[in-house]
Amino acid sequence: MAEYAIELRNITKTFGSVIANKNITLKVKPGEILALLGENGSGKTTLMNVLSGIYKPDGGQIFVNGKEVSITSPEESKKLGIGMVHQHFKLIDVFSAADNICLGDNSGKFFLSKNRYKKIDDFAKKLGFEIDSRKIVMNMAVSEKQTLEIIKVLYYGAKIIILDEPTAVLTVQETSRLFDILRKMKNEGHSIVIITHKLNEVMEISDRVTVLRKGEYIDTVTTSETNNQKLTELMVGRKINLNIERPVTEKQPPLLEIRNLTVKDDEGNTAINDLSFYIRSGEILGVAGIAGCGQKELCEAIAGLRPIVCGKLIHKGESIAGLSPKKIIEKGIAMSFIPEDRLGMGLSPSLSITDNMLLKNYTQASSKFNPFINRKKGRSDAETVIKDLSIDTPSTETPVRKLSGGNVQKVLVGREIKAGPNVIVTAYPVRGLDINSSYAIYNILNKQKKDGVGILYVGEDLDVMLELCDKIMVLCRGKMMGVVNSCNTTKEMLGLMMTGTENLTAKDGKTPGIAADSNIKEA
Amino acid sequence: MNIQIDALNTVTMFLFNIIVYNIVLLYGTVGEIITEKSGSLNLGVEGTMAVGAIFGYLMGCYTNSMMIGILFSIISAGLCGLLFAFLTVTLQANQNVTGLTISTFGVGLYFFVGKGLGDNFPAMSDYSAISEGANPIYIPFLSDIPVIGKVIFSQNILVYVGVAIAILAWVYLKYTKPGLKLRAIGENPAAADSMGVNITLYKYIHIIIGSAIMGIGGYYMGLVLRGSFEGSSCWTDGYGWIAIALVIFASWSPAKAILGTIIFGFFNTLQSRSGSLAQAFPDFLGWLKDIPAQFYSALPFLITAIVLVAESMRKRKNKNEPSAVGINYYREDR
Repeated sequence: MAEYAIELRNITKTFGSVIANKNITLKVKPGEILALLGENGSGKTTLMNVLSGIYKPDGGQIFVNGKEVSITSPEESKKLGIGMVHQHFKLIDVFSAADNICLGDNSGKFFLSKNRYKKIDDFAKKLGFEIDSRKIVMNMAVSEKQTLEIIKVLYYGAKIIILDEPTAVLTVQETSRLFDILRKMKNEGHSIVIITHKLNEVMEISDRVTVLRKGEYIDTVTTSETNNQKLTELMVGRKINLNIERPVTEKQPPLLEIRNLTVKDDEGNTAINDLSFYIRSGEILGVAGIAGCGQKELCEAIAGLRPIVCGKLIHKGESIAGLSPKKIIEKGIAMSFIPEDRLGMGLSPSLSITDNMLLKNYTQASSKFNPFINRKKGRSDAETVIKDLSIDTPSTETPVRKLSGGNVQKVLVGREIKAGPNVIVTAYPVRGLDINSSYAIYNILNKQKKDGVGILYVGEDLDVMLELCDKIMVLCRGKMMGVVNSCNTTKEMLGLMMTGTENLTAKDGKTPGIAADSNIKEA
Repeated sequence: MNIQIDALNTVTMFLFNIIVYNIVLLYGTVGEIITEKSGSLNLGVEGTMAVGAIFGYLMGCYTNSMMIGILFSIISAGLCGLLFAFLTVTLQANQNVTGLTISTFGVGLYFFVGKGLGDNFPAMSDYSAISEGANPIYIPFLSDIPVIGKVIFSQNILVYVGVAIAILAWVYLKYTKPGLKLRAIGENPAAADSMGVNITLYKYIHIIIGSAIMGIGGYYMGLVLRGSFEGSSCWTDGYGWIAIALVIFASWSPAKAILGTIIFGFFNTLQSRSGSLAQAFPDFLGWLKDIPAQFYSALPFLITAIVLVAESMRKRKNKNEPSAVGINYYREDR
């Protein structure tokens, strides 16, 4: 048996003038878990896409079990026993689980076999997975989809399994279940490469760590001989303080109060169900929950983008329910929602930074009866934001889509802050960002908090939320599971609340989410 | 007594005409469904049918053979499909624009060739094999059933072929492995690609097959109109556009396309046959013949518009539209 299951030598991959991978070397032993660590844009996913045949490398060699191979398509990669679970699942939503697997079946048969469901159920059971092969992917939970992806890869006999940020969408409990599966697969002799930028997970699951930075290979270390701090230095290239600051502010009266809010989603199902909570000035309220438990609808309702079914939205004692988004902006409520594809909401990708600045304040930037926009003001706003948040851009006139993910998000957050709001609703502001950019965003939010802004922070990373937020509200299927103080709760507790196993609202007598010093006078 | 028999004959004739004049829609619709299932929106149906019609008809007449006529309608329309595939799959051109171009180009080519021949344009009656080939085929016993026998079992060969193609396409999409892979490409090409499906090959093959089927439809229309190349309207005369709407009406199912063809055919036939059909109406429906003929002409398009509006109001979940239709796939896209 060869010493390495996979060996990549001097892999180079460029996209136009951008060098995504530069002379990268990577070795994976049989039966080990290798973590591939690096910031955004460090080339982790590109490298693995080269290995799985999606990208054709411009240079370098690939060895599988000691033999040099050339991988020019996903099909060849599959034949070599390499399987990849992509970050954005490669599943057909309208197909059943079984059909998604059958898709890769290249045996000669022309007709689909009738017992494909049973065959796949049996296969899954043999490996210890629970799955209903007739279930349509569209109706599956995220963790089910991921399990299906793993079964899919194993079904075609993959010995080398690549997982691209597999835990990004999972709850704590689901993550630990995934890790159990990975350990089991490792013991059965599979080689696993796991891409992540969560250091805790690297320390927990991996045997060795390979670190990339800006498309270049930095080092490979044994996990047991390293720690978070050392890994961060390798990843970022300099020392960085990993603690998130949580400034203490004086207790202020409630700024935004939500009472008995009910909102429907696009499909007409109840997305937010009878929700009550409040945010004080100088406070960060975290919102935790599994993806799709109503966070998006909540943000949209507050920003006036989504009609509410019933309930009260009280801002500084005045109702904002039913006001137009423009009126709500004028009241000083800002929203920055970072959807999964980052550019979807809030910014217009093909417009320049200046134009995107003007989108929000064109009314203030010129007088009421002046039909022309004031580009000078927009440009100076853009310059301020670029300088304040150290945005890396060639000029203020660069189309936003040409910036890297982190910089795009800074533009969005920067614009919202520029307007001087008193409430910021921010959802996933660090989604997919690397450590450096994430910390920059945390600092911006903390600065706003110190200035007395009330912040609603919808997040995914519980570790971060526990450090950054003052209080955390947990949602499960649109219902509140309780509001906890981040100082005296745990990740596990939050995980249980997110899945609805633990419901704190039912425990103590008083209803959470209603301030004692409320502005709302009960009729 | 006599009046009643006449009325029955008129109704039978009407139903017969629904099939005979509209089966072209089935060819267009099934061809477009196969194309769209591969994630390609080919708006060139009208042009592709026109090309298939003119070349199929001419070559069929010149060789005095139905089979060669069909073959050339397949080849010439298939070439339109190849052009579309080359432009959109290999060169990644915009599908909408490419499709519209093919429509304009195809109809233009049809007139260019047809008018170019002038008096030399072959008359169908001169070619026995063609004019006889377009005659009805009576299915033994079944064609003796009153009304249904005439309407369904006394049609020409291409009507039966059209229905057979629709049913085969339905089975292909639903029960076969290549059909599954094809649907996967239309839904999420990146996922299909990662499972080792050859996207480029599948797209090329199905775009070409889809166009070839449209081409037979065009040829069929030439035969039904007995090759009369007069006036300013094309043999396919807007059927290609209705077929595109029918795809939505049939919710991307070739089997439902048969039903859709009959329903649209009904409205379509009203315009040309309303006068004579009115003879068969009982007295209390007599007012139907007073409705202006223009209304009946507009009806198919009006129905098309209503169907499109109704369809767009349905929620995504119930829709069968392939998610990736109209979007070009490039593996290394970032």
